[in-house]
Amino acid sequence: MKRIEKGERRWVDDILGVATLVGMVAALWLVFVYTPVELVQGAVQKVFYIHLASIWNAYLSFFLVFVASILYLRRPSAATDRFARAWAEIGVVFTTITLISGAIWGKPTWGTYWTWDPRLTTTLLLWLIYVVYIMLRGFVDDPERGRRYAAIVGIIGFIDVPIVHMSVRWWRTLHPDPIVARLEGPELPMSMWYTVLFCIVVFTLLAVFLVRQRLQIDELRESLLALRLSPRQ
Amino acid sequence: MNLAVRQVLAVVHKDLMVEMRARDLLNVMLTFAVLSLIIFNLALDLRGPTVQEVGPGLLWLTIAFAAILGMGRTFVREHDRGTLAGLLLAPIDRGTLFVAKLLANLIFLLIMEAVALPMFALLFNLPVLRPSVILITVCGTLGFAILGTTFSAMAAHSRAREALLPLLLLPTTVPILIGAVQATSNAINGAEGGPPWLGLLIAFDVIFFTVSYLLFAFAVEG
Repeated sequence: MKRIEKGERRWVDDILGVATLVGMVAALWLVFVYTPVELVQGAVQKVFYIHLASIWNAYLSFFLVFVASILYLRRPSAATDRFARAWAEIGVVFTTITLISGAIWGKPTWGTYWTWDPRLTTTLLLWLIYVVYIMLRGFVDDPERGRRYAAIVGIIGFIDVPIVHMSVRWWRTLHPDPIVARLEGPELPMSMWYTVLFCIVVFTLLAVFLVRQRLQIDELRESLLALRLSPRQ
Repeated sequence: MNLAVRQVLAVVHKDLMVEMRARDLLNVMLTFAVLSLIIFNLALDLRGPTVQEVGPGLLWLTIAFAAILGMGRTFVREHDRGTLAGLLLAPIDRGTLFVAKLLANLIFLLIMEAVALPMFALLFNLPVLRPSVILITVCGTLGFAILGTTFSAMAAHSRAREALLPLLLLPTTVPILIGAVQATSNAINGAEGGPPWLGLLIAFDVIFFTVSYLLFAFAVEG
């Protein structure tokens, strides 16, 4: 019954899903066929495209959680909270992918899966903060209070990220200097540069698609709950 | 005297008075701090030059864990005795209440450190009783107290109670921990150069204070 009313929205999701699928296949082709194999690092450098697109998604997600958290505290609404939580979950997933792909890349190039470099440390702490963010609602009995507390952590957590990064950066560093986000333009060959941009766009589509699915599950769960609570006909 | 200042003093006075009569918070924190200093020494078998390297880290771990233990209690106590509702019903601005709670927490922590620092100097044989180290200790402790005050207000209302506080506080206060350990280490070893850790520590305090001041109302509201 409710599904039919939402027929319009399903269309958007279908298009989004197909676009993401096609984009992913194209991204794979770009990554493995189109771009040249890196001279020094060899084939393992291919993980770079996934790595960068994942951390982009993670930061995008946590930024949206931050914005939604501020909006929630200004005007509490269940929809804003659902939006924030869905993005936080997707953000944690992509942070996990970033950490794992980084470890796979790090082993052959640095000789170690893990090192306490500023960006690695920051990413790990980012992951921890948002895992706690997701857990937090379950710790609080009153749902409204849980949402409010989560919003506080969503704000403090995001503001904390650059501070953590700076503090660890001054502490020690090993990570290569940024080669994509530089003022003079990226140091990459154009083919790699296009591939990176394309991967970022496709990964963003994937994240939006996943979040929309997540929100629909929430809505279905709520209408199911409403049906269960309503008197039998 | 300014109304806000009087309100802050009244709440701080109340918290100190409650602690003077109950003594549960300070006793637990102090015993824990001394105990963990001893345990660290036994676990790591610290002798010779290693002490200079790991000493500052152990000192700040002790302070951080004792702070979590103590600050977790302050709001749980208010919550259990129903005094939190009274505090919230009083015509106090939430920001003013935050400053008062922060000051009370800071005073408890500084009292704990007034015992822990000499104990540390004695057990680890490191010269920490210097003005520079004491200044660093105050600035670092302030950082823990700021976020600790906000998060402990939240933790008191949660099912996990005090167990939630370390989960929230430890990852977010990493900058304070690094800054305080590095500053203390430089002060003890007389190292020159490097980043101005004390200045950074103060900057972190200011950022965290601003954010917490604005968000505390949402954390403490019932």
